[in-house]
Amino acid sequence: MEAGARPLPKMDYASPSSLKEALELLKKYKNKARLLSGGTDLIPKMKKRLVTAEVVIDLNRIPKLAGIELRKDGLHIGGLTRLTEIKESRVVREKAPVLVQAIGVMACPPIRHRGTMAGNLCTASPAADTAPPLLVLNASIRLQSAKGKRVVPIKEFFQGPQKTVRRPDEILTEVIIPIQKGSSAFMKLGRRKAFTLSVVSAAAFARVRGGKFEDVRVALGAVAPTPIRGRKVEEALEGKEANEQNIAQAAELIKGEVKPISDLRASEEYRREMSVVLTRRVLGQIGGRG
Amino acid sequence: MKVQFKLNGRAITEEVEDYETLLDFLRETLNVTSVKKGCDEGDCGACTILLNGKPVRSCLLLAVQMREKDEVTTVEGLSKPGELSVIQEAFVEKYGFQCGFCTPGMILTTKALLDVNPRPTVEEIKDQFEGNLCRCTGYEQIIESVLRAAELRANRR
Repeated sequence: MEAGARPLPKMDYASPSSLKEALELLKKYKNKARLLSGGTDLIPKMKKRLVTAEVVIDLNRIPKLAGIELRKDGLHIGGLTRLTEIKESRVVREKAPVLVQAIGVMACPPIRHRGTMAGNLCTASPAADTAPPLLVLNASIRLQSAKGKRVVPIKEFFQGPQKTVRRPDEILTEVIIPIQKGSSAFMKLGRRKAFTLSVVSAAAFARVRGGKFEDVRVALGAVAPTPIRGRKVEEALEGKEANEQNIAQAAELIKGEVKPISDLRASEEYRREMSVVLTRRVLGQIGGRG
Repeated sequence: MKVQFKLNGRAITEEVEDYETLLDFLRETLNVTSVKKGCDEGDCGACTILLNGKPVRSCLLLAVQMREKDEVTTVEGLSKPGELSVIQEAFVEKYGFQCGFCTPGMILTTKALLDVNPRPTVEEIKDQFEGNLCRCTGYEQIIESVLRAAELRANRR
């Protein structure tokens, strides 16, 4: 049982105006600090005493951390970019429509006005809806500390529920999505249509050339300790005719890759079955009519 | 810590505690009681305010996060005292509330919607109101109120 919400505990608040200043603070406080971006997850968790912090470092006053830019090496989305801004961005719609699709069914408009790219990823919920699209797009994540920066492929970023490779002195500064030709699709199954966590979510990316699948990538959320790629499904379809029969056969293989749990939203068995259904449907949207 | 921002067009300068939410600050210090405390964890939408024109949860913001240039709007800011805005008129006319607890959030969400989309469809209204819960479940009348508000606004222009 989760504890109920209470007033926030006493804590210190810092609002650095540059990334350098934020990184210095983080170096000083490490695990005793929490980074505040949209606050849609951190604040309720602090009220419920699920998360504690001696100091909250507010990143909202660092303008350089937010923004969307198309560069030679891909689409750069700043960590503090609001979900609404990503959803409404013309360049994201053009270069990474699957991410726009996923954000469109996340939470609700007021939460999307505050919630951020970095927040959704660093919270590392197995059900994070931006994760499956970023996994099939082969996105990378830039992490920065006072010591330096590094780039991590998103497939290596998630380590478990609420766990990522981000070290306590690092800030997720941006997500980089390579520009690639192909089709993509996203679907989410929840307990209701709107404002709900995913029971299962799925994204797919592929190219169909000469009627055959190329560069097939499938990813699922909420069916394992982290968002996952469906490698066996991908391998089974690579180079194969893009048709409904092949997709249906390959989608069955996802059963061997998911490790769902039973919780208040759905049973393990239901999640496993729906993983197959959603995998089939997202792939069907890309290559089903071939 | 000192905080400065604009509330319904009025400049506010006050001392706040670092751990105080904007919701508690509005209600307890500034006596803006139209902003309701429902779940206090971002689920219900009763504490909706407009921050620079966009609907957000005041229970998920710290008061210290407000900046001098930030404009916060609550229903008190929609019309002069003793008068009703067209959105409020529409809610009265179409019975867009029962117990009234969710109503300030619903009205501000309506304003945010109509400011960017003056003639929304029912589907667009439903999308915009995904995060505003009415525990009396009077959603049909709320949708009718929003449609009526759009009509009234268009007529008066």
